[in-house]
Amino acid sequence: MTADFTYAVDADGVATITWDVARKSMNVMSLEGFALLDSMIDRALADQDVRGVIITSGKKDFAGGMDLNVIAQMRAGGAQAIFDGVMQMHGVLRKIERAGMEPNTLKGAKPIVAALPGTALGIGLELPLSCHRIIAADNPKAKIGLPEIMVGIFPGAGGTTRLVRKMGAMMAAPFLLEGKLSDPKAAKGAGIIDEVVAPEDLLARAKEWVLAAKEADLVKPWDAKGYKMPGGAPYHPAGFQTFVGASAMVHGKTMGVYPAAKALLAAVYEGALVPFDAALRIEARHFTSVLMNPSSAAMIRSLFINKEALEKGAVRPAVADQAVRKLGVLGAGMMGAGIAYVSANAGIEVVLIDAAQEAADRGKSYSEGILDKGMKRGKVTAEKKAEVLGRITATTDYAALAGCDLIVEAVFEDPKVKADVTAKAEAVIPQDAIFATNTSTLPISDLARASARPKQFIGIHFFSPVDKMMLVEIIKGRQTGDVAVAKALDFVRQIRKTPIVVNDARFFYANRCIIPYINEGIRMVAEGVEPALVENAAKLVGLPLGPLQLVDETSIDLGVKIAKATRVAMGDAYPDAAVDAVLFWMADEGRLGKKANAGFYAYDAAGKRLGLWDGLAGKFPVAEDQPTLTEVQHRLLMAQVLEAVRALEEGVLTDIREGDVGAILGWGFAPWSGGPFSWLDILGAARAVEICEGLEAAHGARFRAPALLREMAGKGETFYGRFAPEKRAA
Amino acid sequence: MTEAYIYDAIRSPRGKGRADGSLHEVTSVSLSAQMLNAMAARNGLAGHVVEDVIWGNVTQVGEQGGCLARSSVLMSDLDERIPGLSINRFCASGMEAVNLAANQVKGGAGAAYIAGGVEMMSRVPMGSDGAAIAVDPRLAMKTYFVPQGISADLIATEYGFSRQDADALAVESQRRAAAAWADNRFARSIVPVRDMNGLTILDRDEFIRPDTTMEGLAALKASFKDMGEVMPGFDKVALMKYPHLERIEHIHHAGNSSGIVDGAAAVLIGSKEFGEAHGLKPRARIRATAKIGTDPTIMLTGPVPVTEKILKDSGMAISDIDLFEVNEAFASVVLRFMQAFDVDAAKVNVNGGSIAMGHPLGATGAIIIGTLLDELERTGKGTGLATLCIASGMGAATIIERV
Repeated sequence: MTADFTYAVDADGVATITWDVARKSMNVMSLEGFALLDSMIDRALADQDVRGVIITSGKKDFAGGMDLNVIAQMRAGGAQAIFDGVMQMHGVLRKIERAGMEPNTLKGAKPIVAALPGTALGIGLELPLSCHRIIAADNPKAKIGLPEIMVGIFPGAGGTTRLVRKMGAMMAAPFLLEGKLSDPKAAKGAGIIDEVVAPEDLLARAKEWVLAAKEADLVKPWDAKGYKMPGGAPYHPAGFQTFVGASAMVHGKTMGVYPAAKALLAAVYEGALVPFDAALRIEARHFTSVLMNPSSAAMIRSLFINKEALEKGAVRPAVADQAVRKLGVLGAGMMGAGIAYVSANAGIEVVLIDAAQEAADRGKSYSEGILDKGMKRGKVTAEKKAEVLGRITATTDYAALAGCDLIVEAVFEDPKVKADVTAKAEAVIPQDAIFATNTSTLPISDLARASARPKQFIGIHFFSPVDKMMLVEIIKGRQTGDVAVAKALDFVRQIRKTPIVVNDARFFYANRCIIPYINEGIRMVAEGVEPALVENAAKLVGLPLGPLQLVDETSIDLGVKIAKATRVAMGDAYPDAAVDAVLFWMADEGRLGKKANAGFYAYDAAGKRLGLWDGLAGKFPVAEDQPTLTEVQHRLLMAQVLEAVRALEEGVLTDIREGDVGAILGWGFAPWSGGPFSWLDILGAARAVEICEGLEAAHGARFRAPALLREMAGKGETFYGRFAPEKRAA
Repeated sequence: MTEAYIYDAIRSPRGKGRADGSLHEVTSVSLSAQMLNAMAARNGLAGHVVEDVIWGNVTQVGEQGGCLARSSVLMSDLDERIPGLSINRFCASGMEAVNLAANQVKGGAGAAYIAGGVEMMSRVPMGSDGAAIAVDPRLAMKTYFVPQGISADLIATEYGFSRQDADALAVESQRRAAAAWADNRFARSIVPVRDMNGLTILDRDEFIRPDTTMEGLAALKASFKDMGEVMPGFDKVALMKYPHLERIEHIHHAGNSSGIVDGAAAVLIGSKEFGEAHGLKPRARIRATAKIGTDPTIMLTGPVPVTEKILKDSGMAISDIDLFEVNEAFASVVLRFMQAFDVDAAKVNVNGGSIAMGHPLGATGAIIIGTLLDELERTGKGTGLATLCIASGMGAATIIERV
């Protein structure tokens, strides 16, 4: 095995430690790597001929962070093992920071500089922060920052303590609490790094700095006498305002459901009141508590490990590369236009077809609008805009589809219309082309009947707005073949989104779970539950939108349409008459949702949401007795989660990882929980069944615990224990 | 059990709590010592005559730090064998001093106490002592901490009080306070503040604005709207605890909230034997005392549960109470009290309150007990209840009964 770091000393006595992890495009830190780095620092400090050290990377980037699989493993050792491990890291980084200086005189340290060729994230920035100077190559594509909070943890290798002491709590907040990333120039502007130089001068400049460094350059402000925290410590008048405000902002923004944000803030506050080494210890204690929290484990698993696994083709059939070269999009409405944009933006040539040229052009101009916005924000250049638009051909002519290797149909949700365009397209496209439908409501296997090549027919379900929503739901019809699945997955990878693959059933996976959620909220309105309680209960459990706001966004007439269709399909078994009483009445009142500036919420003329519509109480009066917050939350969550379990039971979902990742990315299901299956694991199947029994008794059979859940409760199983991906593959 | 009686109750006039307020030039320890000296002089107290001085004070830093009670005793003419105990129960500190003294007497731990408090808000700013509940993220988030103004607005929203309701109460507080002064109703308790030469610095409450009108108040901007809705967004935190509410109506402003002032008050409490030994006549019996903790987010609803508790503990009913003093920390606090007990506004804060005259945090609890006693005597009534809401979610109450 090749070592993660190499060590070399030049003729001038400057040691260079080069980070270059074998067989990886990006450096990530492992425990072994850390031990090796430690030994090299010892060697440099002990060697009298070494005057200073440059820590750099052998790759185009510096490092992507900690190997999150390592973090997942650390957890197995329990709190003491994590704490000891983290303190060991602090020891190494502190050794770098003090670099052999005499503790009383602060003299005698050897200069250690971090030279960053590119991206430096997480531990990849925490290590540089412990160095005496950070010099970065002027590489506008490089990302510098501490994104740990995004996966449910926080910078726990001194990044939190050092950044706050360097910049002050207020200035550090966006980088720690939001995981804000910067390019090198912006990072320099913010004071995170010290210097930006031309890429070719990076190592020379680092060496120059090492050789010229004076004693005072090697003493961190917090190690110097009389250090005061920028912006004020917590009980300094200015700091007081910052800290009082920070708790409120973090609490309000996270709805109190993200343990990492709370722990981070606590570490910052408690650390600010004590000397630096005690602050590191406090940071380690809070970091340990976050790693021990099941929420952070679930978030890392779903949002990082499994999301990446799905993006890298964890469920892809083993067939040759199916990258899309030329895409045909049928229908230039909002979805078609969005699909055309994300595809062209990813370098794919796109033919965008609509029945009228004007409609097709309008679809193309949607891309122009997004690119113009990007230009205004300085993210898109004129050349890039021209390039992307140049890839889109807007036309009414089906002949233009010749040579397309993938078609995505996004026309009106009417089987006849869809059958018509399917036949028209198949008449032109190559024999081996794949045809996908973006339907959100119609069964794929039914639509496939219109295709002469049902093995090449598949569902690719995008979410709206296409350019923002990261999930793509791929649906296999009864006859869909492996090549079609691989094609869809490769396409999703090209447009840098996250795929899940499900089998064909009513509403597939995402909508199947979202609809009962919306219905449960509406049902509560009919029962006289305070609408604000319904909405707030959802938000307080980490759902991005309350069910009433969600149905306003998706439109109430769509709800009516789905309800009517479901009623026809289910006949007497139709369970949602109570929901329809509200929904149909709203539709009759012309309150069709956001698009009508009137729904469960009131809106002003400009479409700004003002608040819950006060007319609702006239028809559905608020009851005297209100349910507890917990009961409302259990109803709203179980409505979705039980549907996910049923989808698994019925084989619509074949992999719980897809169920969890899909729920978070598809409809924002409580990210703190790691997804519906992770949530049930945190809760425990037995407790989940108990909750279901209570809900079933009070509210009916829709809350009956599925047999699978009961069986797991009986056996004391967890989803990730029973359906672990490795077991599934075996 | 020994009974505890009030023998005397005095207070300073309240000065505006700003640099241009009349008492701004007076030190906390000097104002406290003047109260102690006046109490001794009015009642002929000399020597080791009381067990302790229990002194309420909220912001115990700077000149109010270092056990202000002991400092005040030493600054006064009291015997040095009288020690001094500073206590802090936020806005009820002055009341808690009285209640603690009364209960010590009842329990036989000393025959007499001077209890009261001081707050020089112009000199030692509110909040300058820090507060973990506001600053420490773990505690702030655990308790859903919001500043008091947000809590007061939350009470108004939860219990349905409008800006008009609050403003009307404020106008009435001003009217009553002005009428009380015009009628010399505070004459018995007011001790003018003087300099070392005996020259008067302040002899009347200077915060009162008798010309206050509904129209005038209507022009004032809601004080807590920005911090609630924009930066840093405290409303969201409060609503997490009160999720059945969609939003908080911000109705409080400088005119319907208590005033920031400087002031002090003292109460002489002793047993029957103490009075007999010193030839003093008891004015009232301290019949019952109570304190309670409540939800720290809505924070200021304490007067309701603490009144329920004190009535239950003492076997009394709300109808047994002739007069009420409910500290006007914010208009909604008093409105909620009257709503909860269906009490006639004509019995509550009959001589105005903290909205008109100001709320020197550490002193107010003792002030309102004195005001209540004076009014019971003036009107020939028997029983009064004083209560305050308290920061961090607490309530305190005292029932006094004329003898």
